[in-house]
Amino acid sequence: MKLLFYYLVFPGFIFSSVVGLLTVWLDRKVSARVQWRQGPPWYQGFADIGKLLYKEVIIPREAFGSGFIAAPLFGLASVILAVTILCVSFFGMSEGFIGDIIVVWYLFTIPAIALVYIGSTSGNPLSSVGVAREIKLLLSYDLPMIIVIVMIASKAGGFSIRSIMEWQMANGSNISNWYGIVAFIVTIFCIQAKLGRVPFDLAEAETELGSGILMELSGGVLAAYELSKAIMLFGLPLFLTVLFWGKGIIGGILIYLLIVVLLILIKNTNPRVRIDHAMKYFWGWMSGAAIIASLLAYFGV
Amino acid sequence: MDILKKSFKKSIWVFHLSTAACNNCDIEVLELLTPKYDVERFGIKLVGSPRHADALLVCGSVNAHAKPRLLEVYRQTPKPCLVVAFGSCGCSSGIFRDSYSIVGPVDKVIKEEDPNALIVYVPGCPPKPEAMIEAIVMGLGVV
Repeated sequence: MKLLFYYLVFPGFIFSSVVGLLTVWLDRKVSARVQWRQGPPWYQGFADIGKLLYKEVIIPREAFGSGFIAAPLFGLASVILAVTILCVSFFGMSEGFIGDIIVVWYLFTIPAIALVYIGSTSGNPLSSVGVAREIKLLLSYDLPMIIVIVMIASKAGGFSIRSIMEWQMANGSNISNWYGIVAFIVTIFCIQAKLGRVPFDLAEAETELGSGILMELSGGVLAAYELSKAIMLFGLPLFLTVLFWGKGIIGGILIYLLIVVLLILIKNTNPRVRIDHAMKYFWGWMSGAAIIASLLAYFGV
Repeated sequence: MDILKKSFKKSIWVFHLSTAACNNCDIEVLELLTPKYDVERFGIKLVGSPRHADALLVCGSVNAHAKPRLLEVYRQTPKPCLVVAFGSCGCSSGIFRDSYSIVGPVDKVIKEEDPNALIVYVPGCPPKPEAMIEAIVMGLGVV
């Protein structure tokens, strides 16, 4: 019963979708202010989801119907599970379990895999270009991110969110050391790619592929995807907060907002990269930086 | 259901389609996204796929080549959707009316497919941005 409450109400579905949709609004509002515009009202994210639920759902003839509807729901469910595990440890409601940091990171990967499934089943040539890019992007940003997660977990001496937070409470935040700063720069680009935001939005390149991988989604199916993206926009900056900031919830929330604003500014000041550039960037520069961060951590800088 | 309908009016995603237009209207549409007219205040944004669209913004007098494409895009758009016949050419085929290659203004073509389509007319060559915003708002009154 308690677990169901966690999953559906407090850190789970309702809480995370409300915070996630407000973060989406923050994203659009700050982007608008950067471009000297007024921007949408605060309820815009909710209105978009409500509107999409009101619309007709069209399933392409080539698509495998039930899978086409089930895949985004599957992605949504796993994102909610990831956020629940993360928040339960973050707010100190439970001890968590060994290895939950890895579980959370891979649960955040499932929406991308669901999207790959939908894109490849929808029978649209532009979607299949998007699918190829999404898979390559998935392979490229995973490597530096996993190096950083393993580095931080072995520094803390345990693969659980709780132990990472407790180690930081005892020994100071990771971000206050040199290795933490390098690792933070690596991870912020990794989650930018994971969220599919502008320098790395190759899979759904709106002006180039006409929404690419999302092209055939409509109505409620698109609403499920948009909602899972909103929850990821809440969950992934929180994931970084847990990795790099271990001192209390209030400071954590401020760091969370700082990370979100940083993501928005990266989005607004960069053009879209090509897929070969993105892969070179993640496997070359970012992985190199992650290894340097690990060496710095090993020598205790 | 009522709240979903209300949220529809607060979030209109527009797909821009050019059917043999002279390109002037297409340029004029971009003005809506600039700081002065910023339509994102009303939740309006341009999308890249007709599957996501709530309104089709159709510029140009429809010629024989563009007609099947226009009908295909209309069929691909999830209903309810609004069709905006944009500019003098979109409303009445403009100066190209009765030309050999022109098969009709936008409303005539769309009504062959769906007689109950919701169509809004924005006259002007090209229309002013204020006229476009007013047209969308009037169209929402019909939905």
